[in-house]
Amino acid sequence: MTPDVSAAPVTIYEGPVASRVQEEPTGGEPVLLLEGTDAELTDQLLAPLWTRWPWFPYALAVTGAGAAVLFLALTYTVTTGIGLWGNNIPVAWAFGIVNFVWWIGIGHAGTFISAILLLLEVHWRTSINRFAEAMTLFAVAQAGLFPIFHMGRPWFAYWLIPYPSEMGLWPQFRSALPWDVVAVTTYFTVSVLFWYLGLLPDLATARDRAPTLIQRRIYGIASLGWRGDSRHWRHYRIAYLVFGGLATPLVLSVHTNVSFDFAITQLPGWHSAIFPPYFVAGAIYSGFAMVLTLMIPARALLRLEGVVTKNHLDNMAKMLLVTGWIVTYTYIVEPFIAWYGGNDYEGYMLLHDRPFGPYAWVYWGVIFCNCVAVQVLWVKRVRTTPAALFVVAAFVQLGMWSERFMLIVTSLHADYLPSSWHMYTPSWIDWTILGGTISFFLFLFLLFLRFVPFIPISELKEVRHAIRGERRATAPARNEIGAAHA
Amino acid sequence: MHDGVVAEFETPEAFAAAYASLCDRGYTRLSSWTPYPVRSVVNRLPESRVAPIMLVAAVTGAVIAYAIQWWCNAVNYPINVGGRPLHSAVAFIPIAFETTVLFSAIAGFFATLALCGLPRLWHPLAEVPGSERVTIDRFWLGVDAADPLFADAVEEDLVRLGALQCRRVGVSR
Repeated sequence: MTPDVSAAPVTIYEGPVASRVQEEPTGGEPVLLLEGTDAELTDQLLAPLWTRWPWFPYALAVTGAGAAVLFLALTYTVTTGIGLWGNNIPVAWAFGIVNFVWWIGIGHAGTFISAILLLLEVHWRTSINRFAEAMTLFAVAQAGLFPIFHMGRPWFAYWLIPYPSEMGLWPQFRSALPWDVVAVTTYFTVSVLFWYLGLLPDLATARDRAPTLIQRRIYGIASLGWRGDSRHWRHYRIAYLVFGGLATPLVLSVHTNVSFDFAITQLPGWHSAIFPPYFVAGAIYSGFAMVLTLMIPARALLRLEGVVTKNHLDNMAKMLLVTGWIVTYTYIVEPFIAWYGGNDYEGYMLLHDRPFGPYAWVYWGVIFCNCVAVQVLWVKRVRTTPAALFVVAAFVQLGMWSERFMLIVTSLHADYLPSSWHMYTPSWIDWTILGGTISFFLFLFLLFLRFVPFIPISELKEVRHAIRGERRATAPARNEIGAAHA
Repeated sequence: MHDGVVAEFETPEAFAAAYASLCDRGYTRLSSWTPYPVRSVVNRLPESRVAPIMLVAAVTGAVIAYAIQWWCNAVNYPINVGGRPLHSAVAFIPIAFETTVLFSAIAGFFATLALCGLPRLWHPLAEVPGSERVTIDRFWLGVDAADPLFADAVEEDLVRLGALQCRRVGVSR
């Protein structure tokens, strides 16, 4: 009557985790340190929520002050006028769009990790996916500020929505700008929902481990009463997987739409069919750099070496190298096409003005940061040394920001008519707003780290159980193989 | 489940075996709560309707977005821009695609909550001491009192199947 429960380990994981739990191809660090019970793992991962972080108030104060400066600068812009920004004809799009594209690109790595790597069944994503998703949300929030304030009269932002107005006018949907609006709002909404859906089980875990009643109530309400019913898991799993399937084309489409803002114009340096893939690769490139920039200090400060292992760093570094080479390839193809196409204006822009014109230092800075500096990642020691990786990631961030500056400003400052050529210099308000968004981003991210379970706990327990089951099941077989080889 | 017996198991293996055993004996009104999905148990449950709901929402989103763009730019307020066709199908695709994803995601999120009966403030399992470990490391199985096979002996059965503890929960009607 009593079944022998010790026999034949039950496969726990929905889907083919068993097949993905293999020895690391790199032969290096494991994906997850396996010691301890589930309760210990849970407590270890939830500990940051309940313990005191001595550095936290200072970090929050500094970033909060930066965020306050951002809001002051934006208030100044709105009350005084958009003329405070440095952009003018011919460089009508400058910092506003450079920063928009940079921030939204950073968000892309979060979705890449959470959705594309989910569908590809890459197991190292589990430890970092929520972290990266939160980064996406906050980065997209920063990105959204720029087009709205660039309007000059942000209170008319709702004109972009097709509503039956007294004027009887509608948005012009054959322009790329309304595409962008829909793409970015959809991206933000879907990212929030995907993130929150994934959080539910862990908020419930936090509720059940909360030391005080007030924390228990807050996490209880946030978890919506999740209790891990198997029926709920069934719905949840399907929804999560379909969400991954939706977010995958979405993330590719968002930066494609952003690139259309440029590519469908007639401007030399923008009017190019390579823009969509070029932008998407660049976005993921800068996004992985941002994940590393945030993850490396957080990992050290919060002692996450057991869940975010050197293997994760190694893998992310390899992603940097891959996307870095895609970006490098487009840097080669762009001038080649300009030469091969034989268009004088495009040739002037790509073969003369960018590399040797007044903004040449930006161009060569981009080449150095994005194409040269990243090559040190061929060395495994660099990929697994957090401090070195942090420096490389900083170069990539700087390089990708400069790349957008190069694309936007150099293309605009010298177009068809030499009489209208003009240089662009950002104003101090431009710099303040850029710095302010970085502060505001870090501020939001710190709050996230402090109050949200930022490592997916239930998913990690599941993966760990699957790994253990797999180890138990294959251990004798492996020995036999070893013996046969010997 | 509002009324019945719940039992706690230490490992997913013991839990899955007990669940399978009860299923095989003909119990139909079983519930279970686990820290993470246990495949063999989840696979016995009926298919989720989340995916079809998301598909319907996706198609609705695509149709609505395309129709709005076509009606606004080609019918209600036609403007000739550089001689391009008023009904520019290719230009309407990006927004139609984004809206497809948007509708599908919103529907998927709320359908998941609705099908799970969430948000929910109270649950009979929450009354059982130690049941908070259900989100941490313990696996709980419930037999509803409305099950035709439900009898007082079910508690003994569950203990024999390896349960650490058994409890009667809910209000008997």
